[in-house]
Amino acid sequence: MADLPGLLRGAVAGERLALARLLTAVENDAPGLRDMLPALFAAGRGGHLVGITGPPGSGKSTLVNALTEEWRRRGRRVGVLAVDPSSPYTGGAIMGDRIRMMDHAADRDVFMRSMASRGELGGIAAATWVAAAALDAAGYDPILIETVGAGQSEVEIARLAETTVVVEVPEMGDEVQAIKAGLLEVADLLVVNKGDRPGADRAARNLRAMLSTAGGRVGRKPPPILLTTATSAEGVVALADAIEAHRSTASSPEQAIGRARNQVRRALADLAMSRGAHHADWEAILRSVAERELDAVTAAERLLDEDGES
Amino acid sequence: MTETPVESARMDDARSTPIRVLIAKPGLDGHDRGAKVLARGLRDEGFEVIYTGLRQTPEMIVDAAEQEDVDVIGMSILSGAHMALLPRVVELSRERGMDDVLIVAGGIIPDADVAKLKAAGIGEVFGPGTSIGQIAGYFREHARRRT
Repeated sequence: MADLPGLLRGAVAGERLALARLLTAVENDAPGLRDMLPALFAAGRGGHLVGITGPPGSGKSTLVNALTEEWRRRGRRVGVLAVDPSSPYTGGAIMGDRIRMMDHAADRDVFMRSMASRGELGGIAAATWVAAAALDAAGYDPILIETVGAGQSEVEIARLAETTVVVEVPEMGDEVQAIKAGLLEVADLLVVNKGDRPGADRAARNLRAMLSTAGGRVGRKPPPILLTTATSAEGVVALADAIEAHRSTASSPEQAIGRARNQVRRALADLAMSRGAHHADWEAILRSVAERELDAVTAAERLLDEDGES
Repeated sequence: MTETPVESARMDDARSTPIRVLIAKPGLDGHDRGAKVLARGLRDEGFEVIYTGLRQTPEMIVDAAEQEDVDVIGMSILSGAHMALLPRVVELSRERGMDDVLIVAGGIIPDADVAKLKAAGIGEVFGPGTSIGQIAGYFREHARRRT
C-alpha cells in the first residue's frame, strides 16, 4: 500500500513524483485515501480552479497551452488536468493532450496530468475533484481543468470550477444553438476560438446578441464573449485577464455555498454508490431488477440498507 | 453485437485499475503511424494510453512519464538513433526514482543492438510483425502491480 501521508507531504514540498503518485492513488481510490481527504483539503492553498470545456476539436488543448504560456509569463505555477474519454467497452483510453502542451515539456513550474473519464458521463472523471485539490495542495495556481470534448449537456465542470470557460468555434451553428439550454448556459466566459476563420466575428456577434436577450443562468449577466486564435495566441492575454477578473466576482459567500452544495451532493452520490456496490446482495438484487421482479428505485433503497453491509 | 457499455468502472470492484502507458516518439523521425496504431490497439485492450507526439527528447519523455505516473514507457523509433536515446531514458527515469517503471521499445532496431539495449535496462524490444496482443500480454505480465 502506498504511503499516502508521505506522498501528500512530498507533493506539498514540491516533489513532482510524489504528486504524480498521489494523483494515481486519487484516480484509483486507493485504500486509505478516504481517511486522508481531510488532510488533503486542509493543505489546499486556494488556487483558482478554471474549467475549460467545449466540443471536440474546438481548440481546448491549444488554448490551455497558450494560457499556460501567458500565466507562466505572469510568474504563476500552472497545474493542468486534461480529461479524455474512456472506452465504454474496454475501459481503455487514448489521451493526447500532451501533444499540444509540448512547449512546456521542460518547465518544472508546469504540472500536467492526463485523466481518463473512467465511465463518468459529465465530461470529467469522478476523481477530478480530488485531483484538483491535490494540485492545489502542491501550490499550483491556476489549475486548469480541460474536460473531454463536450457536446451540449456535459456541465459537471461548472459544479467544480470557480470559472468555467466554454470554447466554441465559428461553425457552431445558428442562433438557436446559442439559446439552447446546457453547456453554453454554464459559461462564465465564452470563447469563440479559431478567430482567424471566416465568420468568426459574425459567430461572436450572434452569440452576443442571443445571449444578451436570453440571460443565461437566472439572475446573471450574460457572459463576456471573447475571440481568440489559440494557435497564434491572439486574444489570449485578454482571456487570461478576463478569467482572473471573473474570480473576484465569483468569490461571494452565496457562490461559495453553491459550490459547496454541488460538492457535497456529488460526494453523497459517490458514497451511496460505493456503499450500494459493496452490499452483500448486490448481485442478487441486480438479477431481480433484470428479471423485472424489482424496480430500480426499490433496489437502490435495499442496497443502502445498513444490514446488508458486507 | 449488443454489448452493454460499462456504466462506471468504479462500480465494479473486481476490475483492476487500468495500466497506464506512455507512448512516445524519441528523436527526429516523423513516422508515427506505428505508434498511433499501437496506441489505438492498446486502448482496445483496456490500457490508458498517453500519446506524447513526435520529436521527444529523453528529458521530455521522462518528464511526461513522471507527471503521468505511468506504469510503462513505450518508445517507437525508426531513425537509428536508438542507442543514443533509449538508454538515456532508462538512466533519467532511475535518477528520478522511477525504478519500477517498465521501459520498452519498438521499431527498426538491429538484432545486434537488442542485447545491448536490454543490458541497458530496456525490458523488451518489439520488432516488425509483433502483434498488439503480444505487446499487451507482455505489459500485463511485466508492468508493476498497484494496490
